[in-house]
Amino acid sequence: MYDLIIVNAWLIPLLPFVAFAVISLFFHRWPGISAGISIFSIAFSFLLATGIARVVFSQPGGAVYEFTTRWLDISGLQVDMGLLLDPLSALMLLVVTSIAALVQIYSLGYMKDDPGFASYYAYQSLFAASMLGLVIANNFGQMFVFWELVGICSYFLIGFWFGRDSAKNAAIKAFVTNRVGDFGFLLGILFLQILFGTLNFAGLAEALPGYANAAILIPVAILLFTGPMGKSAMFPLHVWLPDAMEGPTPVSALIHAATMVAAGVYLVARAFFIFSSVPEAMTVIAFVGGFTALFAATIALVQNDIKRILAYSTLSQLGYMMMAMGIGAMTAGMFHLTTHAFFKSLLFLGAGSVIHAMAGEQDIWKMGNLHKKMPVTTWTFIIGALALSGIPPLSGFWSKDEILLGAFASGHYGLYILGAFVAFLTAFYMFRLIFVAFFGKNQAGEKAHESPGVMTVPLIILAAAAVLVGFVNSPFMHHIFGTFISHPAGIQPHSSNMIMVSSALIALAGIAMAWLIYQKEAINHLVMRSKFKNIYELLLNKYYIDEIYERMGSILVYGGARVMYWIDIHIVNGFVDLTARLTGKSGDTLKYTEDGQVQSYAMYMAVGVLILIVLATMAAVSVIV
Amino acid sequence: MIGLPHYILLGSVLFSIGLFGVLSRRNAVAVLMSVELMLNAVNINFVAANKFIASDAAVGQLLAIFVIVVAACEIAVGLALIIAVYRQRRSVDLSDFNLLKW
Amino acid sequence: MLDFSAFSLFDAAFIVIAGVTVIAALGVVIFRNIIHSAFCLILSFLGIAAIYFQLHSGFLGVVQILVYAGAVAVLIIFAIMLLMNQDANRTNQTTPNSKQLFAAGGITAMILAALTAAIGFTSWPAGQLQSIDNSLNLLAELMLTDYVIAFETAAILLLVAVIGAILIARGVDDK
Repeated sequence: MYDLIIVNAWLIPLLPFVAFAVISLFFHRWPGISAGISIFSIAFSFLLATGIARVVFSQPGGAVYEFTTRWLDISGLQVDMGLLLDPLSALMLLVVTSIAALVQIYSLGYMKDDPGFASYYAYQSLFAASMLGLVIANNFGQMFVFWELVGICSYFLIGFWFGRDSAKNAAIKAFVTNRVGDFGFLLGILFLQILFGTLNFAGLAEALPGYANAAILIPVAILLFTGPMGKSAMFPLHVWLPDAMEGPTPVSALIHAATMVAAGVYLVARAFFIFSSVPEAMTVIAFVGGFTALFAATIALVQNDIKRILAYSTLSQLGYMMMAMGIGAMTAGMFHLTTHAFFKSLLFLGAGSVIHAMAGEQDIWKMGNLHKKMPVTTWTFIIGALALSGIPPLSGFWSKDEILLGAFASGHYGLYILGAFVAFLTAFYMFRLIFVAFFGKNQAGEKAHESPGVMTVPLIILAAAAVLVGFVNSPFMHHIFGTFISHPAGIQPHSSNMIMVSSALIALAGIAMAWLIYQKEAINHLVMRSKFKNIYELLLNKYYIDEIYERMGSILVYGGARVMYWIDIHIVNGFVDLTARLTGKSGDTLKYTEDGQVQSYAMYMAVGVLILIVLATMAAVSVIV
Repeated sequence: MIGLPHYILLGSVLFSIGLFGVLSRRNAVAVLMSVELMLNAVNINFVAANKFIASDAAVGQLLAIFVIVVAACEIAVGLALIIAVYRQRRSVDLSDFNLLKW
Repeated sequence: MLDFSAFSLFDAAFIVIAGVTVIAALGVVIFRNIIHSAFCLILSFLGIAAIYFQLHSGFLGVVQILVYAGAVAVLIIFAIMLLMNQDANRTNQTTPNSKQLFAAGGITAMILAALTAAIGFTSWPAGQLQSIDNSLNLLAELMLTDYVIAFETAAILLLVAVIGAILIARGVDDK
């Protein structure tokens, strides 16, 4: 039976796509049926994914299955489509289908009275289909198609409440920023096709080691990396992710925490054989990731919107993952991706529960004391926050510890210190959020009520996952994760007790500091705010990056427009005027040839005769001479 | 000493003088007179060439006779035209006859 | 060209006649009074007739005097008389347009220069003027055998021209 599942793996992305088509075409007037179709398809895909996982993970080191079919056959161009089922894609299938299913069930409660309920589920299905297609693609071209599809689904879902200007603008911003990254990505893909003649991952992995001209791979690798920079919101293409919070919270949980933004990290893992052979590219990836992690964490310290805090947290953790990839710890990066998917979506869904209960309020200072009325939400949220902060024995601890271990062991001490500091900041701002919103003095929480079961059950399931998933790569299970997800060029350092203990202590220190400032109020945060006013303003305004981009854009666009205007007025118009003036002038001059005076005509004839005489004489003379 | 080139030269000089008259006179009849001068110059060329080069074939003189015939017809008709135009416009100034431009 | 070693009467005669003709021609285009121009024209016609006589083509010379000096010149003078509507001394003026005058003079000078150069560059055959007695016979033979069609056409042309001139000059009768 399992062979049947393997052979029909293409059903996994196809079922949600059929759901999308069916809902859009036929059932968009019946919200209940639409939701049912969507959830059923994703649940079935989840079952198929578990079947595939069972087969792939049954052999030590993981089995690999690849199916290819020729899609386009013109002389000079052959394009194949195919599926690749190896441990990496099996893992991603599990993560995506499980979280997508939970989010769709949660949305039954969250989006209950929304007029766009049916189209919401249509888009959710389309997104699931695109993401699943992306993770089982076996070549860059096919992956790029699904990459773009995922981007357009993000656009649809961010701008879902299209009546709002902020949502519309955020959707466009997301798409355009992604496009910038995708442009570089496409250039990289084209280079690969030109240099190697194939885009198939296995084919490229074979052709790459023997490739002579290593220098040209540097720009190719960096170009390929711009795709993940856009999709996974690395600096400087990070600007779309905080604004993407305009979309419904379940969308933020699914797309902008767990799956779509992880696609960039997945690509780096998939193409690890390319990146690992170009040390310069690895350096770029590591430092871009590390910088993004620090950058985002500092901004998260002062944000007041609950979703924005979580968005910057996502940015920061994505930076961690990229940093891990860049220093060679591919296993650690993928492991963190997995654990992050679960606890981050848990956090977002919890935030959604809070927002739903507070009737749309998102400012943490307007919440308070929620733990009395919303116990399930509160405690699952705390579990998620503990996991994110890296407190043992939760999943986040194991994955973050792997990354720090990798940084330390491979000699990147600077990145290690950076990572440790970011861990401290992460713990701090997460518990700032918890102490203010859930345990604060503000009595706004009295009005809240716990969310319905359809929303709290996914929270509980995700909390359990946040606790348990980490153990697959722990010493207790002998790092079994690492035996499947690894690459010969990657590093898998041995555990170090010192690193483990120090990272736990750093996280506890962060939590303690947050408790001091926001719960016990030993240091008044408002006093600190006014003392460090400049830094506070800088961080609150996200380092003014958006304003800088807008300025650059407007200079480019308006400057260009002014240049074009000048060219139009002076040069193009000048040509037209020139033509007119020339015509006029020539007319003015030539009018004398038709003045009606016979003697003028006679004169012209005489000139002609003169010319003839001269020509004849010259001809005759040259004949003689 | 005087040979064919001198006669041709004489013809050229007369032709040029006639040309100048055609291009610069205001009176239409004066222009016609200058045209006659040019025709006569051409005649000199024909006859001189005939006489000096192949005098047993009288083609040059024949041609000169025909030129005279045509010149006579032309001046008759031309003067008639000028008189007709004069009846309409009361002027023989060539710069007044400018209807040829439409 | 002007080799005075073998200077003969023929040469002297030519120079005199040519000079008179050229001066008369200049007179045609220079005089302000059109009657004076017409008389200079007659003089130039006579000069040209003399040239023909010198070239031993007597018939042509006579035809020249009869037709040109006799008929054409008279016709011209008749026309001048009919068209005289102003003071005679102002009838034959040069155009006031100095550009036209300058251009005319320039073109004329250039044509004359070009022709002179052409004459200079030509290698003239060293032919002698032969005095042929029966040139008229030759002319008549040619006219009535080889060129008889041209001859007849010329006659018709004359007829048509006369009729046409009469019709044009008569004008339209206003009823």
